[in-house]
Amino acid sequence: MKWISRFARFWYDFIVGDDWRMAVVVAVGLGVTALLAHHGYTAWPVLPIAVVVALVGTARRALRDR
Amino acid sequence: MHTFLLVLSAFLASAVEMVEALTIVLAVALTRGWRSAGWGVAAALASLSAIIVLLGPTLARLPIDSLRLAIGALLLVFGMQWLRKAILRASGMKALHDEDAIFAAEVAALTVSGARPAHDWYAFTVAFKGVFLEGLEVAFIVVTFGGTQHNVGLAALGAAAALVVVLVAGALVHAPLTRVPENTLKFGVGTMLTAFGIFWSAEGAGVEWPGNDASILALVAFVLATSAAMVAWLRWEQHKPAAVAA
Repeated sequence: MKWISRFARFWYDFIVGDDWRMAVVVAVGLGVTALLAHHGYTAWPVLPIAVVVALVGTARRALRDR
Repeated sequence: MHTFLLVLSAFLASAVEMVEALTIVLAVALTRGWRSAGWGVAAALASLSAIIVLLGPTLARLPIDSLRLAIGALLLVFGMQWLRKAILRASGMKALHDEDAIFAAEVAALTVSGARPAHDWYAFTVAFKGVFLEGLEVAFIVVTFGGTQHNVGLAALGAAAALVVVLVAGALVHAPLTRVPENTLKFGVGTMLTAFGIFWSAEGAGVEWPGNDASILALVAFVLATSAAMVAWLRWEQHKPAAVAA
């Protein structure tokens, strides 16, 4: 039981970490990328933009909470 | 001529994948320690060997895009967490050695209680993923290049030569990298993992990158420039109230 909770904790820390919103922005960015690529649109800029949005968002929150 | 081209193509294509794996392993090992990263590499190589022995030529039918999507997405979110901390540290918003202090305290507590220090699963997992995915791609290259020319052995020879060259290159760059300041190294690791994560996960989602693998370099430059701009912005934001008060 302890092993399962440690395993779950590891994956939570690995994926979510200190700011769960970053993981959400990446997930949404990947979804939009897949959707655009599936319909034949140029999709490669989406994820780099999502990364910038996620980083700026987390930095703004860090500034606000300091 | 065909033989030479086959070996050369397999060599170059495999070398590109191996350099990508080496970058990730070096980055993780230098910042989190060699022991767990080494176990990650060993586990990935063992898994790869088992898959290659079991599947053989049918390897080319594995859903590589799904693997790229899953592994790329995990590397991306993990890399961004590293990048976030490195940006906050470089801008002075977070103590430089907070994690080291926490880790040292955990190790001290475990030593007192008689328990062994925990295995670093982060280093293990990231090294495993990088080597596993890239190794699988090398195996694909050997099977597909060799299969089309009806000579898998020669394609494997090209890949083996690439492995030797890349390992020698890794041994040469390892020593200078150990002298890089810790947070700079962590900044580099976050940048690398984020860039590789963007590349692989987008590729897995169906994206065709302009310039194929060469676009990784552009992504590294992009992530680095973004991070540097954020550090400058955060420093400016922190000093802004003081400047107004003065």
